[in-house]
Amino acid sequence: MSGIPHEHYEPKSGFEKWLESRLPILGLLHSTLTIPTPKNLNWMWIWGIVLTFFLAVQIITGITLVMHYTPDTTLAFASVEHIMRDVNGGWLLRYLHSNGASMFFIAVYFHIFRGLYYGSYKAPREITWIIGILIYLAMMATAFMGYVLPWGQMSFWGATVITGLFGALPLVGEPIQTWLLGGPAVDNATLTRFFSLHYLLPFVIAGLVIVHIWAFHSTGNNNPTGVEVRRDSIDIVKKDTVPFWPYYVIKDLLALVLFLIFFAVMVFFMPNFLGHPDNYIEANPLVTPAHIVPEWYFLPFYAILRAITFDILFIDAKLGGVLLMFGSIAVMALAPWLDTSRVRSGRYRPMFRWAFLVFVINFFVLMWAGGMPAEGIVPVVSLLGTIYWFAYFLVILPVLGITEKPLPQPATIEADFDSHYPPNAGGAPAGAQPTPAE
Amino acid sequence: MNTKFLLSAALVAPLALAAPAFAAGGAGHVEDVDFSFEGPFGSFDQAQLQRGFQVWYEVCSACHGMKFVSIRSLGDEMGPAFPEAQLKAIAENFEVIDEEGEYGDFRTAKVSDNFPENNGAGAPDLSLMAKARAGFHGPAGLGINQLMKGIGGPEYIFSLLTGYTGEEKEEAGTILYENTAFSSGYISMAPPLYEEIIEYQDGTEATIEQMSEDVAAFLMWTAEPKMTERKQAGFRNIGFLVLLFVLLYLTNKKLWAPIKRKEF
Repeated sequence: MSGIPHEHYEPKSGFEKWLESRLPILGLLHSTLTIPTPKNLNWMWIWGIVLTFFLAVQIITGITLVMHYTPDTTLAFASVEHIMRDVNGGWLLRYLHSNGASMFFIAVYFHIFRGLYYGSYKAPREITWIIGILIYLAMMATAFMGYVLPWGQMSFWGATVITGLFGALPLVGEPIQTWLLGGPAVDNATLTRFFSLHYLLPFVIAGLVIVHIWAFHSTGNNNPTGVEVRRDSIDIVKKDTVPFWPYYVIKDLLALVLFLIFFAVMVFFMPNFLGHPDNYIEANPLVTPAHIVPEWYFLPFYAILRAITFDILFIDAKLGGVLLMFGSIAVMALAPWLDTSRVRSGRYRPMFRWAFLVFVINFFVLMWAGGMPAEGIVPVVSLLGTIYWFAYFLVILPVLGITEKPLPQPATIEADFDSHYPPNAGGAPAGAQPTPAE
Repeated sequence: MNTKFLLSAALVAPLALAAPAFAAGGAGHVEDVDFSFEGPFGSFDQAQLQRGFQVWYEVCSACHGMKFVSIRSLGDEMGPAFPEAQLKAIAENFEVIDEEGEYGDFRTAKVSDNFPENNGAGAPDLSLMAKARAGFHGPAGLGINQLMKGIGGPEYIFSLLTGYTGEEKEEAGTILYENTAFSSGYISMAPPLYEEIIEYQDGTEATIEQMSEDVAAFLMWTAEPKMTERKQAGFRNIGFLVLLFVLLYLTNKKLWAPIKRKEF
């Protein structure tokens, strides 16, 4: 599976040989788990495990919740309360699922920003990046539809606003909106199809995750230096890498458990902090909430959606906002081709680091703007934030790659690692072969 | 730029920034009340829940339903913990829809039934009210104070019940009562409580503040009846996770020591 030279699996017992000659699954597992992984990965490389874990948490808690949930507009809200009050451990399942979604997005934003900073999207990892964007889009669709299922006020009005976006498209907009909703307005037909798709999409995500992992197992992991693993021979590879098992499995589990402590604090002590009080009011098509807001993880894009308050030529403000919101993801998907710098890691790009820092701050500013009522300075802040988002991808990444003078990069991953952990400083000799400790 | 700073900032920032999601719900004045169930160690005060139920039963239930709450749950050990005989007596005071009878038939409630809904006066159901309102939003809509004070649902209920100024106005044939906690400043619910409107079974003096606080606590329980179990489970879970973290920390350190050329 890996393009990096490594030791192949040799079946030993009779059964292993019998199975391997018929279905080489042991060899596949072996090469997946022992893939040579750069030994200088920092703590920003742990989010993949966290994401995989939370995908599993969401699927397992979700399947269990479905056993007690009723997708019908007259019963959905009451069935969620039934889960909270009468189902054994039901409150735990639901709070794990609703807060699990937030943890999933915290992890995915770390993961995406890690990729953006260390240039993980650049050649030869463009496919990994594109698959990642597809996973992110599928996550957003899943989370949005899942939020509709409890059939609270924010569920109903959030669904109304977001499906209304499609109605802004010229000509095809209204038919698409009707098709999505299964009728002229959000109603039972909407709830049942959202429920069906909310159950389906996580398995699509799981499939995409396998392709995502396959892709970067072919190219090898990026690392904080952005310098590639030397591939001359297995022995040289071993100077730059350690096998994924046990080194990174244990390290990632350590980080995962730390993150789970944070998750447990949310679930057990503040389970509704990231939710919206209005969703504890049953959906009522006749009463519009004072202020409709999406879940926190959509707020930056919601701010971009609302940033355009004026018509541009023949594009009215609403359509302009919709196009920019989808465009904001599209430009991110194109980052591999927009970034002209031949230096992969932001660590060696002094100007880029500032642009990236502003990009991260801007993300939080947009998140704040997306949560506030669109009045006072909020529309201006949203517009400025939107301009920077697009400028980062469409202007800064192409131009900086040409004008910037990068810092010297280490020649090899081994050199980078040795500068942090100098040879002969401790017990083991330099260039020691990675052998698992007892 | 420091990656660790970014890392911690990015972890904390969604928490703070998520809170604008609570900005809706009104800008009325909400008083912070020191409830027994606040904080990680807080639990419900059984006597207060029983008093709060009495307020709901003798005053609020005239107009407000509580359809998601079962009568039997009032016997929960970590809730009001009414004895079985008292639950039966409570059930006998309510009529519920008889699903085995003709359309429109009612029967006397059983302990296993939920409290009935009450749509008579257009008053909202109170089962979840304490989670359906946020008391605190600030500063600057960031909601950081919710980390300290909680979301503020029961505080909102307390503030609403004690927030009447005595002023009223007529609008489109309806009398509205000025209230400092209500978002628009005027509410259609007449002041429901006055001194000694009920006589507490445990002899507590029934001041407006006392009744408001008791019923707010009771409604927090109806909204989140599993709160105490949840917090107890939290300490168990976090305890085990911390133990696992320590073990993994030591394993990881020993595992990487030869690679990093360090002594373990």
